[in-house]
Amino acid sequence: MRVISQVGEWFERRLQLAEVIRETVEHPVPRKTASWFYVFGSAALAVFVLQVVTGILLAIIYVPSAAEAWNSLQMLNHDVTLGWFIRALHGWGSNFMVAIVLIHMVQVFLFGAYKFPRELTWIVGVFLLLMTLGMAFSGQVLRFDQDAYWGLGIGASIAGRVPILGPATVKLMLGGPIIAGATLSRFFALHVFVIPGLLIGLVSVHLLMVLKLGVNDWPMPGRIVKRATYAAEYEELVKKDGEPFVPYAIWKDLFFSAIILAAVAACAIYFGPFGPSGRPDPTIIQTAPRPDYFFLWLYALLSLLPPSLETPALLIGPVVAIFALILLPFVFGEGEKSWRRRPIAVLSILLIAVTLGTFTHLAGFAPWSPHMNAWSGDPVPERFLKGTTALERQGALVFQVKQCRNCHSLGELGGLRGPTLDSVAVRLTGDQLIRQVIQGGGNMPAYGKNLSPAETTALVAFLMTLHPAGQSPARDAAIQQSQTPPASPRQ
Amino acid sequence: MSNEKLLTRRGLFMKLGILFNGLVAAALAVPILRYVLSSVTRGRANAYFEWVPLGRVTEFPEGETRLATFRNPNVMPADGQTVNTACWVRHIEGEEFQVFAINCAHLGCPVRWFPQSGLFMCPCHGGAYYRDGSRASGPPERGLFEYPHKVKDGLITIQAGELPTPGSPTAALDTERPPCA
Repeated sequence: MRVISQVGEWFERRLQLAEVIRETVEHPVPRKTASWFYVFGSAALAVFVLQVVTGILLAIIYVPSAAEAWNSLQMLNHDVTLGWFIRALHGWGSNFMVAIVLIHMVQVFLFGAYKFPRELTWIVGVFLLLMTLGMAFSGQVLRFDQDAYWGLGIGASIAGRVPILGPATVKLMLGGPIIAGATLSRFFALHVFVIPGLLIGLVSVHLLMVLKLGVNDWPMPGRIVKRATYAAEYEELVKKDGEPFVPYAIWKDLFFSAIILAAVAACAIYFGPFGPSGRPDPTIIQTAPRPDYFFLWLYALLSLLPPSLETPALLIGPVVAIFALILLPFVFGEGEKSWRRRPIAVLSILLIAVTLGTFTHLAGFAPWSPHMNAWSGDPVPERFLKGTTALERQGALVFQVKQCRNCHSLGELGGLRGPTLDSVAVRLTGDQLIRQVIQGGGNMPAYGKNLSPAETTALVAFLMTLHPAGQSPARDAAIQQSQTPPASPRQ
Repeated sequence: MSNEKLLTRRGLFMKLGILFNGLVAAALAVPILRYVLSSVTRGRANAYFEWVPLGRVTEFPEGETRLATFRNPNVMPADGQTVNTACWVRHIEGEEFQVFAINCAHLGCPVRWFPQSGLFMCPCHGGAYYRDGSRASGPPERGLFEYPHKVKDGLITIQAGELPTPGSPTAALDTERPPCA
């Protein structure tokens, strides 16, 4: 025992850390903040440590070369003992990290923790969020597969839209005129050195400020933050109602971090690592690239925005959003902290959550993407063919062969890009159908050049049969009933 | 002047020291910046203007659009398969060709050609183009990117040194045509 304390003293004489550690450990926190709501920051830190450790473990095998990266990932998955598990931990850790950082941010926002004097803590947090997303994107690039390759292409196409500097930005991002070896190398440098270095630095500043300024007091409706009086009030509160952080509050942080790490491990074991998908060979064009989960909302947004709004939204939107987040503590630095007295704050969070959730949900089945194989793969349901004439059946064939099915579904099979055609005959008359097919319109290409008159006749004859039984097809009121083609009800 | 009194010998040396470091930092910043920006400043090097062969004219039947692949002229040792690039070659008639980049003009996903309906379709956000590359529908604001091409000694060759993006010189080669339908 004496030896241990002597060794301890030897180090203390040189490091002189005991006082700092004691202050950190014993810094008083308001009793009410020892809450399960205050555990997300420490959980984010725990997952970050996991990411650093698993990242280093992956780096001892991974080869950051466009020619070899994909092979080295395959080797990690299949040949290296438990390589798959480390990859899975890192991949799931990344998803958990983004989720926890977002939850932490929402909690901080709703509890008014960004208000005076913690403005800078919030701003550093905004940059930590951006870097976390940067890590998520660059990490997806290092999983150098088809999705990574085309994801880079999408990134380059977005960067290329910057006025004047666009082409230079693209070359700077790609490390050359095309996506190739230099691109992977620079994303490796970003993912492994640049962003983690900044993250470690900013996390330290973030934590230092939490210690110096004290953890945010539990928001009480009616307890108003004022710049002039806040510091004294907080000091009073901690003096009257404070407890040392260790062990009074920390046990909840420890429990939650352990639960999160266990959840990451459970997902890693159960679901396994992410990809890699196909080889990053750009000549393989039978691919439908999709972003990782946390960028799915962006994928949806890019499909649904009107084309003319897309470039402004892409280039101005993020700048506005980041500025809004940075300005938030300056504009609303005082006042109520409690979410019970801040309905607009609560509604904003709900609105953002519902919007992002809806976009993510839509991106899950991507109704805007044509189903590239629907024309050759999806069967025409029997009920649409029963009792049809030879001409109508020929029309059904035209419908498949001309890839109409890639964008229009029949019987819930096929693309969702255009309207489903199960009952199109109720909406459009024969003449309107012919016009729509030949000239296109709305969001539909014109097929006039690619359909012979006979094919158009057959196709429209088939489309005219598509109406529910008992519901007559649309007809042109200007033409006498007897002249409209006879309808054969289906279903 | 009270300021002169404040300037001690040590103080002067410290200021000179800071100045000296500033000069060295500036001198080092120049090569560092030039290194970091080299991919931008290299400009359109020779490889850009190289004519890359796609195959014999006879491999591309008249009136049809076929997929061709080539190795990018900007090849580096560690590039692996990524320098293999695909493009769509449309043989109109005789020596008249159009060579389209595989990348959708919207966000660069690989478009696929459907000869039956005469459309290029993009699997990502649903852009569609007619056989002459003009925009048919969906989010793209323009037609497909085209590579400059020429036929020489029975070979179809293109200039394809860069990934076509909305601001790139390849994009500027937009040949405005009325849509074919």
